[in-house]
Amino acid sequence: MILFGKYMSILFKAQMQYRTSFFLLSLGQFFVPFSVFAGLYFLFARFGQVEGWSFYEVGLCFAVIHMAFAISECLARGFDSFSSLVASGEFDRLLVRPRNTILQVLGSKFEFTRIGRLAQSVAVMIWVLIHLPIEWDAIKVVTLILMVISGVFIFTGIFMLAATLCFWTIQAIEVANIFTDGGREMAQYPLSIYKKWVTRFFTFVIPFGCTNYLPLLFLLGKTTGPDFIYMLIPLVGVFFILPCLLIWQFGVKHYRSTGS
Amino acid sequence: MKPYFSVIKLRLLYGLQYRGAAFAGVATQFFWGFMYIMIFEAFYSHTHTEPPMTLNELVAYVWLQQAFLTLMALWFSDNEIFDLITKGNIAYELCRPCELYGLWYAKLLAQRLAAALLRSFPILIIAFLLPQPYRMMLPPSLTTFLFFLIALVLGLLILVSISMFIYISVFITMSPTGSLLMLGVVGEFFAGLILPIPLMPSWMQVLASCLPFRWTMDFPFRVYSGQIPEDQAWIGLVVQLVWLVVLVILGRFCLRKALGKVVVQGG
Repeated sequence: MILFGKYMSILFKAQMQYRTSFFLLSLGQFFVPFSVFAGLYFLFARFGQVEGWSFYEVGLCFAVIHMAFAISECLARGFDSFSSLVASGEFDRLLVRPRNTILQVLGSKFEFTRIGRLAQSVAVMIWVLIHLPIEWDAIKVVTLILMVISGVFIFTGIFMLAATLCFWTIQAIEVANIFTDGGREMAQYPLSIYKKWVTRFFTFVIPFGCTNYLPLLFLLGKTTGPDFIYMLIPLVGVFFILPCLLIWQFGVKHYRSTGS
Repeated sequence: MKPYFSVIKLRLLYGLQYRGAAFAGVATQFFWGFMYIMIFEAFYSHTHTEPPMTLNELVAYVWLQQAFLTLMALWFSDNEIFDLITKGNIAYELCRPCELYGLWYAKLLAQRLAAALLRSFPILIIAFLLPQPYRMMLPPSLTTFLFFLIALVLGLLILVSISMFIYISVFITMSPTGSLLMLGVVGEFFAGLILPIPLMPSWMQVLASCLPFRWTMDFPFRVYSGQIPEDQAWIGLVVQLVWLVVLVILGRFCLRKALGKVVVQGG
């Protein structure tokens, strides 16, 4: 954990050497989800609601998933750009060090410019929370925080899976985007608006549904059942990381250096 | 003209080598297409007012977008040219007995064509065979289809001339990231990639019509489904031509200016 902090502070200082570029890129990152959000806003301006969900409710969904995505893209960027480590043979160096490979890959890169993305989703969240008539209590606050955390774990897990594939393919594969970018776009709407098989896939295989749809129902008071269970549902998303870790270990064992 | 055509031919052959990447791209595009259609379907299912675009037209719009994404996406760029500029190899390019603007234009055009050739046909063929409501409609008549083809070609030419500005900006900023990001976000939004133009509020539609981006994707795709009737499509084609001429002239002028100031550091 201390090592992780050190990796982070060193890379942060390194990025801060190019201060103007950092600020401009962060600003740019702010606008990427902004245009998506504008699209969402205009859709609601025209249609009013979608399958009984109002704009602010969907906005909360959007904010949670984008916040989780921004955080995990910042922290797990090392896995996202892992293919370059494999292709250049750099990964050998990580293997000979007496530390965990996961920690080292995580520490190989942080993308701090994602702070712009994060700022955008925080702004959206504050805006929608002001407009939503939610009666806050301790359980609901915990649920909301857990939702974001569980999202971070799921995205990180997918980044890891995609990185593991690089052990065999050497190159990064575009298909993995379906589950990172695609998962993000998909989960920014409540999953109930999709076809049944999509909802099932994104609840039971990749548990995005546990990150935002199911707990969201609870936050908005659309459920009947013990609050306690709904509070803990996001934890299912956290457990998604476990099989990913196993698969990663399996991949590391099968790693063959490119030699160059 | 001959050297430009050979550049196009060479680049086409080169681009067609990447079949594996194209296959992965097709899968990704299908996912996005399905997702967008499902989202729009959900919005359409409970609406009380008549939307400006029928669901069928919208489905065709989405599939065309996905099929021709590599033809029309601004972020799809050539890193070779960026390297040429930042690393100073531009000096070799300048020695060639061709005009630089034309040369790069041909190169970029061919790259997009190659990528699109590999991806668009599988997507379109499958999209025609899908069950309703995902099936792509045929254009209402042969003339609409011809209009669509002309509009698509003009749209592509406009897009390449817009993307030239990204490369020209690298002469000044030395890094493509910023301009690529900014132009990419604005361009995508106003080309209707995130939200189809007809679904935008009217003030936004006016704004979109004043910018060139709409004429690259949105216009041809709406001509295809007949959402823009033929008598209005004529006017659109003229607007496209005007934009093309303006952008090319402006681009050439900027490139000449930028080249006048270019500094090649030794090595």
